[in-house]
Amino acid sequence: MISARLYILQRATALIMAPLVIGHIAVMIYAVQNGLSAAEILSRTQGSFFWAAFYGLFALAVAIHAAIGLRAILHEWAGLKGALLTAICWGIALGLGGLGLQAVYSVTG
Amino acid sequence: MPDSLPAKEQLLDVHIWRGSGEEGSYQTFQVPLQESQTILDVVSYIQQYIDTGLSYRFACRVGMCGSCAMMVNGVPRWTCRTHVKKITDGMRPADGLTISPLRNLPVIKDLVVDMDLFFDKWVRAEAVHHPTRTARDAIQPVEEETAERQAANAAIECINCAVCYAACDVVASNPDYLGPAALNRAWSLVNDVRDGGREAILQAVSGTGGCHNCHSQQSCQKYCPNELNPTASIAGLKRESAKYAMRSLLSLAGSGKKGEKA
Repeated sequence: MISARLYILQRATALIMAPLVIGHIAVMIYAVQNGLSAAEILSRTQGSFFWAAFYGLFALAVAIHAAIGLRAILHEWAGLKGALLTAICWGIALGLGGLGLQAVYSVTG
Repeated sequence: MPDSLPAKEQLLDVHIWRGSGEEGSYQTFQVPLQESQTILDVVSYIQQYIDTGLSYRFACRVGMCGSCAMMVNGVPRWTCRTHVKKITDGMRPADGLTISPLRNLPVIKDLVVDMDLFFDKWVRAEAVHHPTRTARDAIQPVEEETAERQAANAAIECINCAVCYAACDVVASNPDYLGPAALNRAWSLVNDVRDGGREAILQAVSGTGGCHNCHSQQSCQKYCPNELNPTASIAGLKRESAKYAMRSLLSLAGSGKKGEKA
């Protein structure tokens, strides 16, 4: 169920996510260790192009990566295939991407 | 065979799958244990002395032809080269041997499976020779020291026994998957200087049932009786086919790589 094109997309998004995950964890530790309040965090992120790009890219990479991974699981474990499998995976990708970008907009917009 | 029985005859319970298609059940036979006895000897004993209706496949009996593979206590094995002692050591005698047809292939009768699907996938993977010369041309020189030849050699000793195919959990859950044997042969051809089908192979293994579905669980290399490593072959195919797909995406395939090996 995974073609070369999907394989490349999943590996490419993994490469993108690897440094972003490390950056995300570092930011979380920094925020918690320094006891930043929600207001203080938002004051740093709102209007910031850097954080919008950082988490926007992260959300899109997650949406593509997870949808392809779930495609293999849904086929092998649930027996889904064909147009139904493709539609569900597009739904997962669009749902995850939409929710992620909405969250990014809420924090950085 | 009974002439060489040990003085004190020991009997082994052997549970054999009997039936056609998806219907069937295990039937238990008692077989005298002998020195250096193989699983194929056990099955042959039953067929020759207890139930002549038992169906199974074998030919060479020396691990060359790849026709006698069966599931032995849940594990795919070449039965002509598997000693009973290897299986029963450390086992409770009451457990006996359980022999069933190869997993992941349709059963024709008893221990005989239909291998059509297995070999059809070799063709679907383009794991067939694509000649570049005719009988009138000079013989293609083969440089033994090149990395490509080493990779081809590492994958070439496959005897088509389908043990890896039966061991593969991806085949079990994704019936379209080409499987380790077909992909292993495709990899040996990609690396063979005498084969002109590199592009055709890379395209064939890049589809929805292709090499990219392998999860690298490595059951194929764990159970391969010839100690080949199809997982490594598949990893090589993933690498080369991904490069090929990237080049195609960037529209470089036509100018740079077409007819590379022709």
